[in-house]
Amino acid sequence: MSVLAIAEQRDGTFRKVTYEVVSEARRVADSLGTDLAAVVLGSGVEAIAGELGKYGADKVLVADHPALAEQITEPYTNVIADIAGKQSAEVLVIGASSQGKDLAARLAARLNAGLAMDCVAVTVEGGNVAATRPMYGGKVLAEVALNGSPKIVAVRPNAMSITENPKDGSVEKLDVDPGEGRLRFVEKKLETEKVELTEADVIVSGGRGMGGSDYTLVEGLAEVLGAAVGASRSAVDEGWRPHSDQVGQTGKTVSPNLYVACGISGAIQHLAGMSSSKVIVAINKDPEAPIFSKADYGIVGDLFEIVPLVTEEIKKRKG
Amino acid sequence: MDIVVLLKQVPATESIIAVGGDGKSIKTDDLKWVISPYDEFAVEEALRIREGQGGKVTILTVGPDKATEAVRTALAMGADEGVLINDPAALACDGLGVARILAAALKQMPFDLVIAGQRAVDDDNYLVGTAVAEYMGIPNISMVNREEIADGKIKCRQTIEGGTVTLEADLPVLFTTQRGLNEPRYASLPGIMKAKKKPLETKSLADLGIDAATLQPVTAIAALQPPPERKGGRIIEGETAAEKAAELVKLLSEEAKVL
Ligand SMILES: Cc1cc2nc3c(=O)[nH]c(=O)nc-3n(C[C@H](O)[C@H](O)[C@H](O)COP(=O)(O)OP(=O)(O)OC[C@H]3O[C@@H](n4cnc5c(N)ncnc54)[C@H](O)[C@@H]3O)c2cc1C
Ligand SMILES: Nc1ncnc2c1ncn2[C@@H]1O[C@H](COP(=O)(O)O)[C@@H](O)[C@H]1O
Repeated sequence: MSVLAIAEQRDGTFRKVTYEVVSEARRVADSLGTDLAAVVLGSGVEAIAGELGKYGADKVLVADHPALAEQITEPYTNVIADIAGKQSAEVLVIGASSQGKDLAARLAARLNAGLAMDCVAVTVEGGNVAATRPMYGGKVLAEVALNGSPKIVAVRPNAMSITENPKDGSVEKLDVDPGEGRLRFVEKKLETEKVELTEADVIVSGGRGMGGSDYTLVEGLAEVLGAAVGASRSAVDEGWRPHSDQVGQTGKTVSPNLYVACGISGAIQHLAGMSSSKVIVAINKDPEAPIFSKADYGIVGDLFEIVPLVTEEIKKRKG
Repeated sequence: MDIVVLLKQVPATESIIAVGGDGKSIKTDDLKWVISPYDEFAVEEALRIREGQGGKVTILTVGPDKATEAVRTALAMGADEGVLINDPAALACDGLGVARILAAALKQMPFDLVIAGQRAVDDDNYLVGTAVAEYMGIPNISMVNREEIADGKIKCRQTIEGGTVTLEADLPVLFTTQRGLNEPRYASLPGIMKAKKKPLETKSLADLGIDAATLQPVTAIAALQPPPERKGGRIIEGETAAEKAAELVKLLSEEAKVL
């Protein structure tokens, strides 16, 4: 029996969720009293693999193959399913990133594994594995019991703590067979300077109250906070912001340490996506706006006046 | 081009969701039911592909009697046929079970393309579409916000953190939808009238040749809980906007300790 932590790397750099996955997988392995193997897939990734020992991997299995250079669900599934069998994996921990979710789903079907998608907590009791995950866009929390073997937990980015827990982490290179490449990679386009909403510690969002596509104020505040910029669906529907910025039940579910909502009324679909944020700040000129009932701190006022002042204050405080 | 859309009926997103007496399910008494928004994108995209290339759009749903409404709505949007798999054993399944049923149904129909939602906005599982592709032995591409079909091939642009990846494959393929793919049309009045006469077939698991014993769930909801209550509601007072801003930043730094 073993626990596998599936690492996610992009162009030779581990995604933050990888450290969360390995840390959480270490806790699961300890509860089950088994070893933890981290699995790194990619092309030319052997050099980075050893780092995962620091977060508790007893060993790091490297699947290095040109066909694995880009994360594509099918070849990744083929390779991981094979490793899971050979390692007698009892639990696989995967990061529930966009591609990680798809990988977890296809693996669950391949292995007939109980899967908890996008979970925010994992518990192991007497050998039983259960996970807590939001449903209905965060309007309820479900406790899901996982049966069958193996089981898969796909952990929500930003939800699990990263813990250093150095173990051997010896690197072992595997012979792998990614299978026939039915999906052909055409291209990848990245906006490198952008902080990803689902991974951000701080988010500043603007809604219809922004009154137009000029988000300079929100971006200015985001910059001093090192924050990602989000939006309500109205702002997206107006064409002011890209779809990828939408927070809410039909957009992204986020749980940063700090969420600042500017000119957002707090419709139930928006609240569903952000109400698990640690601290919520609302800036809205309507004292009756529902967002205030969820906000830890609210300022009633014109965002065009308040936001620059807040930005200045933070600059002052940060020196 | 034969296109099948996997569609689920879910509570409308404006619904307040309350936990039922058993602590494991939600109260359904006062809910309004709709097509899951990501499945609406799937219907719309299927219609656009048919409008461009000809063919047929079939809606495939596993659900109770009530789910007929969702299938009819998709037919009113313009889909050609509907298949509802309605069986008590199907309603007791988990996501992989539903995917097995959908795959069994697909095996009885011709298709070149299957479109599903990235997730159903009730269970938010992100599972069923991808699992169906695995059971059918076809490639899948998730979270697609643009697709292009030509010469028996499909090219899909999928969203990933901070960007996009474009992949190409020979049909048949299953892809799942992402916001930005399209703006779904509304069902028109003539569309609604026509939909009443369109074929909508109801099937049981026996019709699909599925033995319910093979649908043994591997996940079980042990409990549902409302998320932790937020206290909220603290409004920052001050004579001027500048005072309010200063007070907010002080509280964020010294009380909430998030700066
Ligand atoms: C199927 C479906 C799915 C949906 N999914 C989502 C989703 O995922 N995410 C989402 O966000 N919404 C979603 N919605 C939409 C949701 O119902 C609301 O319409 C939307 O969230 C409202 O956006 P808003 O708060 O920006 O706009 P509004 O509700 O119009 O609020 C604007 C606010 O700005 C304030 N304001 C205006 N000017 C100023 C100013 N100068 N200074 C300060 N405040 C100002 C106003 O007082 C008001 O409270 C969905 C709806 C449906 C039907
Ligand atoms: N009962 C169902 N009937 C038909 N399609 C479904 C059903 N459940 C899920 N799907 C499809 O699978 C997608 C993902 O659902 P889920 O895995 O439940 O989040 C949905 O958007 C639908 O396209």
